[in-house]
Amino acid sequence: MSILVIAEHDNSSLKQATLNVVAAAKAIGGDIDVLVAGENCGAVAEAAAKAEGVNKVLVADNAAYGHFLGENLGELVAEVGKGYSHILAAAGTVGKDFMPRVAALLDVAQVSDIMRVESEDTFVRPIYAGNAIATVKSSDSIKVVTVRPTAFDPVAGEGGSAAVEQLDVVKDAGLSQFVNEELAKSDRPDLASAGIVVSGGRGMQNGDNFKMLEQVADLMGAAVGASRAAVDAGFVPNDMQVGQTGKIVAPQLYIAVGISGAIQHLAGMSDSKVIVAINKDEEAPIFQVADYGLVADLFEAVPQLEEELKKVL
Amino acid sequence: MKVLVAVKRVIDYNVKVRVKPDNTGVDLANVKMAMNPFCEIAVEEAVRLKEKGVASEIVVVSIGPKAAQEQIRTALALGADRGIHVETDEEVQSLEAAKLLKAVVEKEEPKLVILGKQSIDSDNNQTGQMLAALTGMGQGTFASEVVVEGDKVNVTREVDGGLMTVSLNLPAVVTTDLRLNEPRYASLPNIMKAKKKPLDNMSPADLGVDIAPRLSTLKVEAPAARQAGVKVADVAELVDKLKNEAKVI
Ligand SMILES: Cc1cc2nc3c(=O)[nH]c(=O)nc-3n(C[C@H](O)[C@H](O)[C@H](O)COP(=O)(O)OP(=O)(O)OC[C@H]3O[C@@H](n4cnc5c(N)ncnc54)[C@H](O)[C@@H]3O)c2cc1C
Repeated sequence: MSILVIAEHDNSSLKQATLNVVAAAKAIGGDIDVLVAGENCGAVAEAAAKAEGVNKVLVADNAAYGHFLGENLGELVAEVGKGYSHILAAAGTVGKDFMPRVAALLDVAQVSDIMRVESEDTFVRPIYAGNAIATVKSSDSIKVVTVRPTAFDPVAGEGGSAAVEQLDVVKDAGLSQFVNEELAKSDRPDLASAGIVVSGGRGMQNGDNFKMLEQVADLMGAAVGASRAAVDAGFVPNDMQVGQTGKIVAPQLYIAVGISGAIQHLAGMSDSKVIVAINKDEEAPIFQVADYGLVADLFEAVPQLEEELKKVL
Repeated sequence: MKVLVAVKRVIDYNVKVRVKPDNTGVDLANVKMAMNPFCEIAVEEAVRLKEKGVASEIVVVSIGPKAAQEQIRTALALGADRGIHVETDEEVQSLEAAKLLKAVVEKEEPKLVILGKQSIDSDNNQTGQMLAALTGMGQGTFASEVVVEGDKVNVTREVDGGLMTVSLNLPAVVTTDLRLNEPRYASLPNIMKAKKKPLDNMSPADLGVDIAPRLSTLKVEAPAARQAGVKVADVAELVDKLKNEAKVI
């Protein structure tokens, strides 16, 4: 078996999710090559070559891939990937965008968002917002699979020394153009891979009040997340949404503040190791999944939490 | 321009999902079904494009059992002009759905195809992208804004890092995210009117598409339940527990 992992990156650094996907590839077993497609992405290729268990790094460095447009990546990956038994990518917004195109171009099914590998053709994945867990078997010759990064412990990012090979395959489908992007800038850890996440919901009442959560988060080196209601109300930007249709997180500690715990929110955080809920409604469903529940008004509890944390951290 | 909208009949998002005791799937007997929430947003977007004078005709298509007609009628009540029902009782997976939709696209030649980004049953997030690849169209996935300008459409996409805008040649595929719009409710007069709107029925065989699934589901289980936790009396106890019991800070 031979597995092609598509690296996730921003042209300058390799995202940790790639190491989680390589771990999923190891669970399948076989030679693992990593494809780095981007523009001026040499540093990413070097980083990928150091990842544990990688056999070879293929680099497609061209303006056509600079913004990870699904049309161009789809054609590239279908072409490079057709000689492999498996093609894997992280189930982030880049992978979710181009991987189904790859599958369609190769005329194979895609298995989305796997949480576990049972065997080379059988995978476990959540359905119905994680309210059911399906074991699915693919009968296709090439398995196109997106991987839920939080479900696999990352391989080491150092120590490997894979060969790096430049590809000169340029696929510009000519169907789409990048116009612009508004990327959130934050000095906090990346939400999807942070060890601690502090999230706020509709109970926060406005965007200003999220500062309280940010202060608590900064004490613990945590990322800040949100429920859909908080994003829809405009308190915080969309990239902070945790849930079925937002980001999937599984930190060591998840603190839900003023979040009721709708199933669509739980779908994004219920694999966290320890869950804390702060909510004034003792009937809120979030308490059914919380290891530690505090029934309190968040406007009193969060400032107290900041003070208590200062004492112990 | 003509807009094609694909809608799926799924379990209502408020229903508590139960796995069948024999682990073959999810219990859908006597469960409330509805239009997939992302598809409602797709219909709404098409209707708004028509209200702005951008879209001239909205065709809504659904693949599924006889009862999927209800979802087509709902879309017609919301403002779609005409329906197509690709009727089958078989399970239709994403690739096969994309192939069926491709056949419909070839017949209808829409300038824009709008779909939900995922359906809340299988949570696959595939069909729109597969359709785009099979028809050689560009795709604006996870859309939070759609602006048609001449022979292009600008789509603002919700991505992990924030927002990204792409410009696509028409015809193109758009898949909706939650913040694209807030769907309206159908009014009673429009529900009545929708009953008279044309609805074509066809089978996958009529479209020449083999819908045999490539993936087989070996079993479906309930997720591991989390152990019930404890309530703490105050913040001091919470921090003490996090530090000394859970050891996570
Ligand atoms: C298709 C679909 C996809 C969805 N995807 C997602 C998703 O990805 N992520 C997501 O989060 N949601 C998602 N949702 C929405 C979800 O169903 C809920 O509507 C949402 O999660 C509710 O957010 P919330 O808990 O912040 O708000 P609410 O449900 O309104 O809860 C607010 C909570 O704050 C508490 N509160 C209020 N004031 C205070 C106070 N002063 N002190 C303490 N507590 C207080 C209240 O008791 C309440 O429990 C989706 C819905 C659909 C239909």
